[in-house]
Amino acid sequence: MMGIDPVTLIVALIGASTPILLAAIGELVVEKSGVLNLGVEGMMIVGAVSGFIIAINTGSPWLGFAAGAVGGAGLSLIFALLTQYLLSNQVATGLALTLFGLGLSSLMGEAYTGINPPLTPDLFPQALRDIPVAGPILFGHDLVIYLSILLVAGVWYALHHTRMGLILRAVGESHDAAHALGYKVIRIRICAILFGGACAGLGGAYLSLVRVPSWTEGMTAGAGWIALAIVVFASWKPWRALIGAYLFGGIAALQLRLQAAEINIPVMFLDMSPYLVTIIVLVIISSDRGRAALNAPAALGKVFHASG
Amino acid sequence: MTAPLLEIAGLTKAYPGVVANDTVSFAIRPGEVHALLGENGAGKSTLVKMIYGLVRPDAGSMTLEGAPFTPAEPRAARAAGVAMVFQHFSLFEALNVAENVALGMEDPPRPRDLAQQIREVSETYGLPLDPDRLVGDLSAGERQRVEIIRCLLQDPKLLIMDEPTSVLTPQEVEILFHTLRKLSAEGTAILYISHKLEEIRALCDAATILRLGKVVAECTPREVSAAHMAELMVGKSLAAPARAATPPGAVLLKVTGLSLEPATPFGTPLRHIGMELRAGEILGIGGVAGNGQDELLAALSGEARTTPGTIALEGAQIGALGPNERRRLGLLCAPEERLGHAAAPDMSLTENALLTARLRQGLDRHGFLNWNGAQAYAEQVIAKFDVRTPGAHVAARALSGGNLQKFVIGREIMQAPRVLVVNQPTWGVDASAAADIRQALLDLAQNGAAVICISQDLDELLEISDRFCALNEGRLSAPRPARGLSMEEIGLMLGGAHDMHEADGEVPHVPA
Repeated sequence: MMGIDPVTLIVALIGASTPILLAAIGELVVEKSGVLNLGVEGMMIVGAVSGFIIAINTGSPWLGFAAGAVGGAGLSLIFALLTQYLLSNQVATGLALTLFGLGLSSLMGEAYTGINPPLTPDLFPQALRDIPVAGPILFGHDLVIYLSILLVAGVWYALHHTRMGLILRAVGESHDAAHALGYKVIRIRICAILFGGACAGLGGAYLSLVRVPSWTEGMTAGAGWIALAIVVFASWKPWRALIGAYLFGGIAALQLRLQAAEINIPVMFLDMSPYLVTIIVLVIISSDRGRAALNAPAALGKVFHASG
Repeated sequence: MTAPLLEIAGLTKAYPGVVANDTVSFAIRPGEVHALLGENGAGKSTLVKMIYGLVRPDAGSMTLEGAPFTPAEPRAARAAGVAMVFQHFSLFEALNVAENVALGMEDPPRPRDLAQQIREVSETYGLPLDPDRLVGDLSAGERQRVEIIRCLLQDPKLLIMDEPTSVLTPQEVEILFHTLRKLSAEGTAILYISHKLEEIRALCDAATILRLGKVVAECTPREVSAAHMAELMVGKSLAAPARAATPPGAVLLKVTGLSLEPATPFGTPLRHIGMELRAGEILGIGGVAGNGQDELLAALSGEARTTPGTIALEGAQIGALGPNERRRLGLLCAPEERLGHAAAPDMSLTENALLTARLRQGLDRHGFLNWNGAQAYAEQVIAKFDVRTPGAHVAARALSGGNLQKFVIGREIMQAPRVLVVNQPTWGVDASAAADIRQALLDLAQNGAAVICISQDLDELLEISDRFCALNEGRLSAPRPARGLSMEEIGLMLGGAHDMHEADGEVPHVPA
């Protein structure tokens, strides 16, 4: 593999994975509460465009990231109201949310194509980043990347070591039992959905403000779907979602470099590879139904209707 | 006479079309074990849900220790000292015992302290339990212990128990009663819901009997007979099922060395099951839920394929055949779960009749359905089995449990099976419908068919079966004649008390 520098590959991999990781960790919390929101792609792209618009108009990337999270959460609120209060089907509503988000984002972003957003600064000083090998890998990133890893750690800690996380898992395991014990199933699920929407929106804003960085229609290009697949791939475990996201980000980054190095494989196959690996991993995991089923929230995707 | 702990006066709750509770009044004193009796639909569940804060009454008042008691939610009821053990366990299978207990507490201590408290309480009350085990791996009796311990850790003044013994072996019932008497002696009042009258006579100090939402009588259970209480509950006297003794005929169904891996992670594997079933007999299979009943029914019905050569119907090997081929040969089944397994909830009774009777009743030709025939068949079932419904066009979901159960059992019986397998035929069915279903099974056997009745209701099995086997952790015991079998012997066949003997903290139970 001549021409591929492992250090720059790892740095690129972390950057390429971060939008997927953010969306996946949000969706993981949503699914742990027993809700299947297939609208990740839509929330990501609405986050991407809202973040971009605010960043351009204020000149601050940080306000842009915040607006991305608010935009994603706002879109997820539609999903929350439809599925939790009006008891609509989660799969159909989630798909509709993606289509709605794609359309809404092109409308919002019409005037913003071809503009460059304000630069997002790196977090650590140049001296630290110049350390060979460790420098770029450990210190060569911006705040959002460190935030995404902290988020994974936080979600893991919250799910397994706090009462809030226990209640969330309980609601996702059996909403009827949780209701019988007096927990507010709908309120807890709405909070989880909003958290998922904010994470997806933040991931989208990271795409438009840092990764690309500019606004084009449909720029998420399936990242939301990969995030959904990663949640299953990770069997609903936060650290595994991190590994999964970096794995897929790694394939995407490697693929670009293989093309640049003019390895003699048709470009289409390399483009396909992340998706192909997703499918293969999903098939392998779901064929082992015993183990996967143990971790899957038992009430996932089921409509909760409080009776009596 | 001590002052009442909880006093209920004129409590009323109406739902659209039905008054669940109509001016219900009674009182419980501290340390009293008070029974709440009534058939399904008499309003027992609604009443305790109001006490526990899950349902708000339309009218009436409650007084707890002399102060007005209006819990807006279960949290408030728990804070006031009311705890409840649910009929359908409110447990989370994928969480461990300590996590389940913590979820039911207002202000749980740190996990390590909680595990210690669970061990202490479980030893004090003779309910051994390991806080670290997954609830999905526990037996029904052990799961109930989780619920009870969850309540006890909050020092309740009033403990509500909704049909606690329906899933327990006789020995487990004894140990539960021991625990309850100990609690009662310490001053905890217990509100005990059941329709098992002998248990109530053994345990309870007072009883309030509900019928159609109203209090129809109050009595002291020790001083009246079970038959008298049953009449008060139902409003009429019940005839016990009857039949003439017939000698068993030829072997219809033979099962040898049947083993099966479960389809779900919390299922039970079947291990070397063998049995012989003769024409004209009813084989009762008892056992506590989760010991392989669902798997056994799936293996017999053909939902789960087994190795060829393990199941033979009238000499023909059917182990590799699917449900439809087995139906064609005369092996019919009625599974336990009425909605979603025995019947499709959103389909009409006609459509549901068609689903299993298509082959044997000739309700289709060249792939086209004979709707008139199907409707006529559904109407026959409705008429013959006294299914209370506006008509065959009604969705299965709209029927009450007892009526739907009569329909799904009737649907199979009317197809003249050679062998009929039923699982929990009278679960959640009121007393008169249950008597009808049992009589229908007896009649079927009398006409030369063979019946396997899988049930957790031991009284039912003793009443209708000729021979009795126990299913325990996926193993089937050797059959014994049902006549003259005592509860004690049955309990031992069912695997005893599932490690409930001693409170020495040791948990030898091996997860299935």
